Amino acid sequence: MIATHHRTEYYSTKPKQSTNQSAVYMELQKFAYDNKMPRNFAIATVVWGAVGMLVGVIIAFQLAFPVLNFGIQYTTFGRLRPLHTNAVIFAFVGNGIFTAVYYSLPRLLKTSMWNNTLSKIHFWGWQLIIVAAAITLPLGITGGKEYAELEWPIDIAITLVWVVFGINMFGTILTRRERHLYVAIWFFIGSWVTVAMLHIVNSFELPVSLWKSYSWYAGVQDALVQWWYGHNAVAFFLTTPYLGLMYYFLPKAAGRPVYSYRLSIVHFWSLIFLYIWAGPHHLLYTALPEWAQSLGTAFSIMLLLPSWGGMINGLFTLRGAWDKVRENPVLKFYVVAVTCYGMSTFEGPMLSLKNVNAISHYSDWTVAHVHIGALGWNGFLTFGMMYWLIPKMFNTKLHSIKLAATHFWIGTLGIILYAIPMYWAAFRSYFMMKAFTPSGQLQYQFIDIVQTVVPFYVLRAIGGTIYLLGVFLMVYNLIKTAKAGSFVATEYNEAPALEKVYKAPANPFWHSVIERKPMVMLTLSLIVVAIGGLVEMIPTFLVKSNVPTIASVKPYTPLELQGRDIYIREGCYNCHSQMIRPFRYEVARYGDYSKAGESVYDHPFQWGSKRTGPDLARIGAKYPDSWHFNHMLEPVSMSPGSIMPPYGWLFDQDIDVASTNSKIHAMRKLGVPYAAGYESEANKDLAKQAQSIADNLKKDKIDISSKKEIIAMIAYLQRLGKDIKTDTTNYSK
Amino acid sequence: MKFSHYLEKITGVGVYPMISLLLFVFFFTVVTVLVFKQNKAEIDHIENLPLDN
Repeated sequence: MIATHHRTEYYSTKPKQSTNQSAVYMELQKFAYDNKMPRNFAIATVVWGAVGMLVGVIIAFQLAFPVLNFGIQYTTFGRLRPLHTNAVIFAFVGNGIFTAVYYSLPRLLKTSMWNNTLSKIHFWGWQLIIVAAAITLPLGITGGKEYAELEWPIDIAITLVWVVFGINMFGTILTRRERHLYVAIWFFIGSWVTVAMLHIVNSFELPVSLWKSYSWYAGVQDALVQWWYGHNAVAFFLTTPYLGLMYYFLPKAAGRPVYSYRLSIVHFWSLIFLYIWAGPHHLLYTALPEWAQSLGTAFSIMLLLPSWGGMINGLFTLRGAWDKVRENPVLKFYVVAVTCYGMSTFEGPMLSLKNVNAISHYSDWTVAHVHIGALGWNGFLTFGMMYWLIPKMFNTKLHSIKLAATHFWIGTLGIILYAIPMYWAAFRSYFMMKAFTPSGQLQYQFIDIVQTVVPFYVLRAIGGTIYLLGVFLMVYNLIKTAKAGSFVATEYNEAPALEKVYKAPANPFWHSVIERKPMVMLTLSLIVVAIGGLVEMIPTFLVKSNVPTIASVKPYTPLELQGRDIYIREGCYNCHSQMIRPFRYEVARYGDYSKAGESVYDHPFQWGSKRTGPDLARIGAKYPDSWHFNHMLEPVSMSPGSIMPPYGWLFDQDIDVASTNSKIHAMRKLGVPYAAGYESEANKDLAKQAQSIADNLKKDKIDISSKKEIIAMIAYLQRLGKDIKTDTTNYSK
Repeated sequence: MKFSHYLEKITGVGVYPMISLLLFVFFFTVVTVLVFKQNKAEIDHIENLPLDN
């Protein structure tokens, strides 16, 4: 069917005249499939994948051996962890999605990609964004919201490149020669429109300077938007486009159509409908309104159905072809990928049950859960695609099937070695966390728990390393393959153009009507996903009293605000939460549980999602200033056995007082009640407060200039949770 | 202060989760029912699209 001659121009074969309108003699049009873009995206996928995973391995070892933070600010866990997550999600998986789209879309629609210039802008734009992320994140330029850390100029660039991708995709769809859109394309459309919506809504931020902005939302609202985004980034970036990939490459590798096309329809619509509602399951037992939490749980449980429908559809596609799995490394990877999809989509709903979530939240269980998805589902699907695609595009056979099989086994072992220690660590720390002595005291200090999980961190890092070694094997195998073959830059095919006036069959399948109309598909997908977001968020936004204000909660002082920005810059939220759940063992350990009204001035919120270190919501006034000073300088001096890195540069760098004015101004614009004209006064207050902290430190024989960043950091930490501590009567509603 | 008190501040908030659930059940039912009224030949054509090239 595919002729590979070296002609680039289109031509039409001589039309065969027919007087019969319904005759099948149609004018055949010749067109080209470009392989350069899918190849480029494939190379980017593998390169960024290796880089992102390498950073993952480094930060995994940092948790066990803090010395690997190297004592410099650009390589601490708090700054590198966002780099790891962004690289794996947006660089590795992102390029993986684009590889799949640029390869499958033209072939499924029997046309060329719509515009080659847009393809190039898309490719280079996306790689530039990744490079920008790789530079800014270690520099501490961050919005401080998980998986959405990139600052506003990069956010705008992402939006533009995403739009370019969308135009190119829809241009292709609208100029197609195949009337029906195959299920993989629905997943691509649904993902595109939803990611656009999520990114734009979550990225509303007010720029303070070129590389600093504040989230438009605060506290509980920011948390709700962020996890609506975070959850659906998993859904519509890591899952649905990869389901498109599965629905295309799995049948191709197996040489048979998908098990049930009907199931794929139910899978698609119910998945995108349900996913969007499930975000609040990231905020169970927090200060989020109870009804929103319950909504998140209910929809998460229902998600099990479409997810497993998809898994079954994938696995059953191999029915009667399991013998092929023994020999074909591509199918091996797909079987484990789809199985991991099934596992993590079973685990997800379970984790959103409140009693299970009480154990898992803030723990390494979540980390294990996402890595079953990332390493198993995304990683293995990508590897399978590469082992299939590279030989195909280079018109040769895979260099070594045996090496690919070794990669498969190494990768699987890596996943197991990664996940089991994390599950173990999670349960171990949970039981230690909630242990009380018979006299009612907490049995273990937080540091005891940290120490007990360190060996598991070592095991996990080894698991990750093994997995990465497998990736290197693949890189070698693919390079050898490419060198052995010759790249087929363009493939040709021919098909008749679509008839302008389409006559549907007598009894058209209802859904085929939608499939023929991509714009209807786009709109329907958007409506379906928008409903969930709106019902979830409108009440929290419109009803002001939904977040009860607490009279004693006051805006941060200028020094505290500067300190908070340093806290965000250093990525403290990667290890410390600021959200105490209403459990006896948390209240006993950290203080009174957190209230929604306490974070009304927090742009962005810093509730966190993982406690590698203790919660900090009420750290204020718990220790003297000198404790924080020494602790930040050398954590083990105050907390022996701590795995926190030292933050020596805070003692050398001066507070950026030049920014105070615009920060206060921006915060007032966002609704924080600073008095009019306070901007000009702010630095005076800042200096006064800083001096009092420096004086205080002097009493403890510590001599430091009041201009240093550590002073602002101490001011912020000492403020945390104090509003309520000082006046407990105001919130006893 | 109990979290559930936030609920009382929104008039008739109980209707939100209910609307959500009903909407989905309706949606799911419609999709499922219609899926079983499909044209077999057309489905055969579509599901073979990835194998065509």
